[in-house]
Amino acid sequence: MPYAELAAPGQSWVMPISPPAVALAAVTKTFGPVVAVNDLTLAIQPGEIVALLGPNGAGKTSTIDLVLGLSRPNRGSVEVYGMAPYDAISRGLVSAVMQTGGLLKDYTVAETVEVTASLFGETRPVAEVLERAGISGIADRRVGKCSGGEQQRLRFALALLPDPALLILDEPTTGMDVVGRRDFWSAIRADAARGRTVIFATHYLEEADAYADRIVLVSHGCVVADGTASEVKGLASGRTVRATVPAYVDPKLTAMAGVESVERRGDAVLVHGKDSDAVARYLLTQTDARDLEITSRNLEDAFVALTGDQPVPAQPASNDTRGVPA
Amino acid sequence: MSIATTPARRAPALGGFSTTFLRLELRRMLRNRRTVIFTLIMPAVFFLIFGTSAKYRGESAGAGNVTAYVLISMAVYGAMLATTSGGAMVSIERAAGWSRQLRITPLRPVAYIATKVVVALVLGLAAVAIVCVVGAFFGARMPTGVWVGSAVLAFVCASVFAAFGLFMGYLLHSDNVMQILGPVLALLAFLGGLWIPVDQLGSLFARVAEFTPAYGVGALARYPLVQSGSLGLEILNVVVWTLIFVAGAAWRFRRDTARV
Repeated sequence: MPYAELAAPGQSWVMPISPPAVALAAVTKTFGPVVAVNDLTLAIQPGEIVALLGPNGAGKTSTIDLVLGLSRPNRGSVEVYGMAPYDAISRGLVSAVMQTGGLLKDYTVAETVEVTASLFGETRPVAEVLERAGISGIADRRVGKCSGGEQQRLRFALALLPDPALLILDEPTTGMDVVGRRDFWSAIRADAARGRTVIFATHYLEEADAYADRIVLVSHGCVVADGTASEVKGLASGRTVRATVPAYVDPKLTAMAGVESVERRGDAVLVHGKDSDAVARYLLTQTDARDLEITSRNLEDAFVALTGDQPVPAQPASNDTRGVPA
Repeated sequence: MSIATTPARRAPALGGFSTTFLRLELRRMLRNRRTVIFTLIMPAVFFLIFGTSAKYRGESAGAGNVTAYVLISMAVYGAMLATTSGGAMVSIERAAGWSRQLRITPLRPVAYIATKVVVALVLGLAAVAIVCVVGAFFGARMPTGVWVGSAVLAFVCASVFAAFGLFMGYLLHSDNVMQILGPVLALLAFLGGLWIPVDQLGSLFARVAEFTPAYGVGALARYPLVQSGSLGLEILNVVVWTLIFVAGAAWRFRRDTARV
């Protein structure tokens, strides 16, 4: 096991399998009267690509700060690969791409990478990370002269330096234009294919839907839903089973467990509910139903139902610094 | 190579303090035109304007001429400016979010501060050297021993201002902190008798000036030349201000790096 070597001598037998990449146990973080993270428990396994989805102020950045050791929880414990966050960072196991800022404009792109590389025990070669982040062509450009998207790819290059086992991205595409966002995600996706664990915070539904294996929906500092994109969609509003059923079976359907509503449109019946499988099984085996379809409600419905907040619409195509309502 | 086979990782030696980091930081400082002009060139220019008249060259001051006296004052002023701006870089780096970026690297806060201090001192040394070289070509005369002694004292004592720069850098949140500190240093230099000897401005002024931070530094640096003054009080001045600045910088630094 690669991480067994990281355990203290004589302790490696305790953990015959590798520990979770991230383990938050009953973590609470308050800032004065504001509860940013509220008794949150979450485990992320190596190799997962997880989206922390939630409206602004849901506690996503606070949670990430805890995982990175930038802040300490009031209660609960935070472990990264079985160790304290700072130790994981010192060993180059974790790195992060932060939202904005964090770069000095007097350095060139290559110098920024070089200086960051000098702070680690061992790193990938500078030229390699520049290549993988797609910024080899602008290595000699001053950071102050780079576009938002180029700066974000530079942050990504910095994050790749230690070849981290876990990569954390906090709202990585905020303020990027459409092309920049697409290039950025294709770089991340190519990288994740090599087996890196990736956690990204976003309030953009389509990013979570398109790039995550698992969505953790956060609201008011709590996890309100956790699963694959389709599980999360199903959690909020269930699914809709639509079928052509000439026979009048509506009262039977209404009586089934998990069925929320039954709508009749001529020969077609639309059944909304959580247990779409049972409804479909019943319709196909006990009735003469045909043309059966099962559809999920979309993630937006789930987002609204579970967080009680309006989601952010698709990202603006312009170069807005932040397409984010307050 | 896959991520899963990454060998056991190790943290960097010395908490991330390295010559590569130092070299790149110095290069970045010297690339900033404003820093170079205001800290390395201006003191030499002031020396040329205020200290090189025929009258000053001919007039003696202690073991040398008045030009040498002005040279030492400007070397101290340059060193103050350079070390302060080196230390105050933390403010710019905090404002840019670079400090936060560094906190997600293995760099230890102490190694960061040590790097800032070394960069500030190198700049201070450069400022003193430049004024001395210019002075040698433009009529400053003093015995070699005085020359070396004053230059070393100017550099060593003015390095107190690296702590001042750090303190202010942590205290003030600005992306151009030197716009505030430049005038402050000019005032301190004035109070410290670096522009004109304090006793030319009346006895009350001279009395007050003795308690300001640039006074002790200036007086000590000139000591090899003039061999007069109350050495004990001047050393006390430098020691007390050093303690104040270092304590202030340490206090703000702790607060800044505390994980809340």
